[in-house]
Amino acid sequence: MIATIAIAAGFGLILIGLYGALTNRNMLRMIVAFTVANTGVNLVLVAVGHMFGRTAPILDSVVPVSEAASRIIDPVPQALVLTAIVIGLGVTALMLAYVYRLYQTKHTLDIAKYSELKW
Amino acid sequence: MIKRFTVLLLLAGLATIFVSLALGYVPDSSLNYSALYYADNTVSDTGAANIVTAIIVTYRGLDTLGEVTVLFLTAAIVGLVLKRGAKAGKGKPMLASGELLCTGSGLLVPLILLLGVYVFVNGHLTPGGGFQGGAILASGIMLVLLTNPMRHFSHRLIAVIESVSGLAFITVGILGIILAAGFLDNSLLPKGTLGELFSAGTIPVVYSFIGLKVGAEFSSMLVNLSETEGS
Repeated sequence: MIATIAIAAGFGLILIGLYGALTNRNMLRMIVAFTVANTGVNLVLVAVGHMFGRTAPILDSVVPVSEAASRIIDPVPQALVLTAIVIGLGVTALMLAYVYRLYQTKHTLDIAKYSELKW
Repeated sequence: MIKRFTVLLLLAGLATIFVSLALGYVPDSSLNYSALYYADNTVSDTGAANIVTAIIVTYRGLDTLGEVTVLFLTAAIVGLVLKRGAKAGKGKPMLASGELLCTGSGLLVPLILLLGVYVFVNGHLTPGGGFQGGAILASGIMLVLLTNPMRHFSHRLIAVIESVSGLAFITVGILGIILAAGFLDNSLLPKGTLGELFSAGTIPVVYSFIGLKVGAEFSSMLVNLSETEGS
């Protein structure tokens, strides 16, 4: 149940983010929209790895090795999402740096004003 | 108008795909084969209590090296893009930060740095690890920058921390080839008992270096971005 809610929320975030990125003209808002979509993707990935009634993939005295296979959730999506979050942060930082440079050239954040590559 | 309509049409198509995916989703009732392997063999293979950490640092250590490299490239490109033509130190002097922020950051920054170190040193035992700990370290730097955006951080120091920890990460990996079973193999050091700080072989060492490296990279991005202030 909780996985379904998380998946629905993740898909919703992806759609909201893409809508924002496609309709906003301000580049900073587009970056924010992209990070929202990014969060949605991460949420969906983590939710797919979730299994009802199980615990985090960390072994201790409560979850001994012998019971691990029946007590823990899938650790692979979590490792994947850890990577995805870090790379997402890198992409956001790059986008911010480029937007700053673009702003320096034309003193506007409106993407419609940057028409050099338009055809 | 037609643009907005196209966008909505595109998103509606995407939403249809998502809805069918979500409706057709059946949660697994048992672990799949790879997860089952990790659940059964992580402790005997690596000695780490946190399976996610064992996957990231040992089973998929090479991928993590790639990830750290991507992060390094990002930090380098952000520095390159922002550095060109940036006139540091010019512009209007800014208002001093508020008393609450100054005193609060003086109190909190050491604690935040300590928490970051704790998180990456205990990465093989508790939720957390190098990337999370590095991000916490950088959030301490960010608090300092919020208090005084004009504060100068030594780029050289950040670069030295970053490259030394990166080199140490690779050295541990190569020592694994020579002395143990393969690149980044963690059985260089004894596996110890499950749940103790000095266990899981080289995982805590490698993850500490990753934490320092990630913290330095995030800090260099923050410092570069904040140095554009007022230029």
